[in-house]
Amino acid sequence: MEKFTLLQSTAVPLPNEDIDTDQIIPARFLKATTREGFGDNLFRDWRYHSDGSQKAEFILNNPIYKGAILVAGRNFGCGSSREHAAWAIADYGFKAVVSSFFADIFKGNALNNSLLPVTVSDNFLNKIFEAIENDPNAGIEINLENQSISISNSSEVAYFEMDPYKKICLLNGYDDIDFLLSQKTIINNFEENNRYPFNPIN
Amino acid sequence: MPKTLFDKIWNNHIVNTVEGGTAVLYIDRHFIHEVTSPQAFDGLASRNIPVFRTAQTIATADHNVPTENQHLPISEPLSKFQVDKLIENCDKYGVSLYGLGHPYQGIVHVIGPELGITQPGMTIVCGDSHTSTHGAFGCIAFGIGTSQVEQVLASQCLLQLKPKQMRINVEGKLHQGVTAKDVILYIISKLTTSGGTGYFVEYAGSTIRDLSMEGRMTVCNMSIEMGAKGGLIAPDEKTFDYMNGKKYAPKDAAFDQAVSYWKTLPSDEDASFDVEFTFQASDIMPMVTYGTNPGMGMGVRQSIPQPMDPANRNSFDKSLAYMGLHAGESLLGKEIQHVFIGSCTNSRMEDLRLVADYVKGKQKAPHVKAMIVPGSKQVEAQVISEGLDLIFKEAGFDFREPGCSACLGMNEDKIPANEYCVSTSNRNFEGRQGPGARTILTSPLMAAAAAISGKIIDVSLD
Repeated sequence: MEKFTLLQSTAVPLPNEDIDTDQIIPARFLKATTREGFGDNLFRDWRYHSDGSQKAEFILNNPIYKGAILVAGRNFGCGSSREHAAWAIADYGFKAVVSSFFADIFKGNALNNSLLPVTVSDNFLNKIFEAIENDPNAGIEINLENQSISISNSSEVAYFEMDPYKKICLLNGYDDIDFLLSQKTIINNFEENNRYPFNPIN
Repeated sequence: MPKTLFDKIWNNHIVNTVEGGTAVLYIDRHFIHEVTSPQAFDGLASRNIPVFRTAQTIATADHNVPTENQHLPISEPLSKFQVDKLIENCDKYGVSLYGLGHPYQGIVHVIGPELGITQPGMTIVCGDSHTSTHGAFGCIAFGIGTSQVEQVLASQCLLQLKPKQMRINVEGKLHQGVTAKDVILYIISKLTTSGGTGYFVEYAGSTIRDLSMEGRMTVCNMSIEMGAKGGLIAPDEKTFDYMNGKKYAPKDAAFDQAVSYWKTLPSDEDASFDVEFTFQASDIMPMVTYGTNPGMGMGVRQSIPQPMDPANRNSFDKSLAYMGLHAGESLLGKEIQHVFIGSCTNSRMEDLRLVADYVKGKQKAPHVKAMIVPGSKQVEAQVISEGLDLIFKEAGFDFREPGCSACLGMNEDKIPANEYCVSTSNRNFEGRQGPGARTILTSPLMAAAAAISGKIIDVSLD
């Protein structure tokens, strides 16, 4: 997994609330069997008309807004567990998503793909939206080591929570699977001591 | 210290604890399907490692399969490639597959319980958010992403932080025409689409206890629609009766031993929860949704509310605009074009018997397209053996073969743009049933009634 330490970038604002993973990547694009290429269909039905032409009013089609940070309204990523949503956001070029509330499964999927979910207060989220509205080139800095997010050209700083284990993983680029594979002996012992009710089915 | 049902199962599955309290949690059963597993198998291949516990891994093809002519090769090339990939991976890694053509094939959350693979006290995961369905048996069951599918394939474990716990009590007797689906849609309408986020929910109270196992599955199924990690219900005699004789359930002495273990699982009387809600069954009417998330629901005789929260105003307006509805409007009498009866929420025998009972001797409205998709081959066979398929056909319904179908619009079963579909599925998100499709979530009974009337009616007065 890619490391995440420090990110300085402009941001793309998407203030809608309750953005579900069907909006992020509709089910009809889940037929691919690899992890690559989902960025082309990120927010497909908000981004394109059915004939494939761009919807000019959608934020990703507005050249004024760009950057590696997506800033979204509360309850981002609700609904389906599809990791394709995190892959699509990362494949498009985002490295972090900032919101005041994330759905659980999306948050976990993002962390497993080095896409940092940053939870801030509703108040701070509004400050970011305002800063971008005033100046689309406003910079945002996310520092994972300090667990801080700041708006450049202002004194606005917030601190975000982070699972200490996942923080170590992200800072060092460790996958959960590497850790779990290192636990094999303990897992084998656990199985030996807990035969019932974990009887295999076939 | 008194423990909850969740605590007991959780504690029994902790293999190790790491930095910050994260648990290495042992997983008893891992269901996989064609859409969220191929990248996980690729991960195993790139590390050159096997599936750690093949006997605890069960595969089926459901999300991306056609619901007609399943005996023929899949005609859509990308779907065929994905389903073939599952066959290839299961064959290569030695995983049991109940694929197309197998008498046990079906929606993953329907086949697990009906085969007795799902058992009380277990931890169960699947790369699908409706894995919470299995919680109806008193399991810790939750949906995971593909990276986690790979982790479970590789180690039969997951790294998990213990969630907070919520108990939702529903007390009393349900009104005529009100079903399990209405109970859960009501709960979500009260708690909102994010009200359960961060929590594992135990459903309790006399109304929940009075539900059949099928009804309990419907309730637990939609836990994710309020953001909860999962939902579970204490196993009881009804649970044990359901388990008894199921193909992969313990048999004879082992069954008795299992039952005595299962009886130790319910929450201790004085166990405490981080938060608790109590609702009255008498307040619950047949439910309909009016917006684009499952929290936007109301009793069928109510009117669409005015937006309460000014901060949420834009999202609310966008949602109603998408649905072609406005605040203050009632859905009673609203003309609809499609009815979909199916999905992991409502495609079991009890659901289809209820529908058959209602539509018997009636005719669907001429302008309505009505589709019934059974949850599994076993449900399909049972429908046919009871002659319900003939009732459906005579009433003008299209009775299909098993799969997720129009719940998520991955296969050909899509609803056209701007048309209304009364659906027994679990999500009314924008475009969920096809680009521009407008979904109204209801119970199977309300959906059957809408198909016959051609419009939304209150089935409790019918």
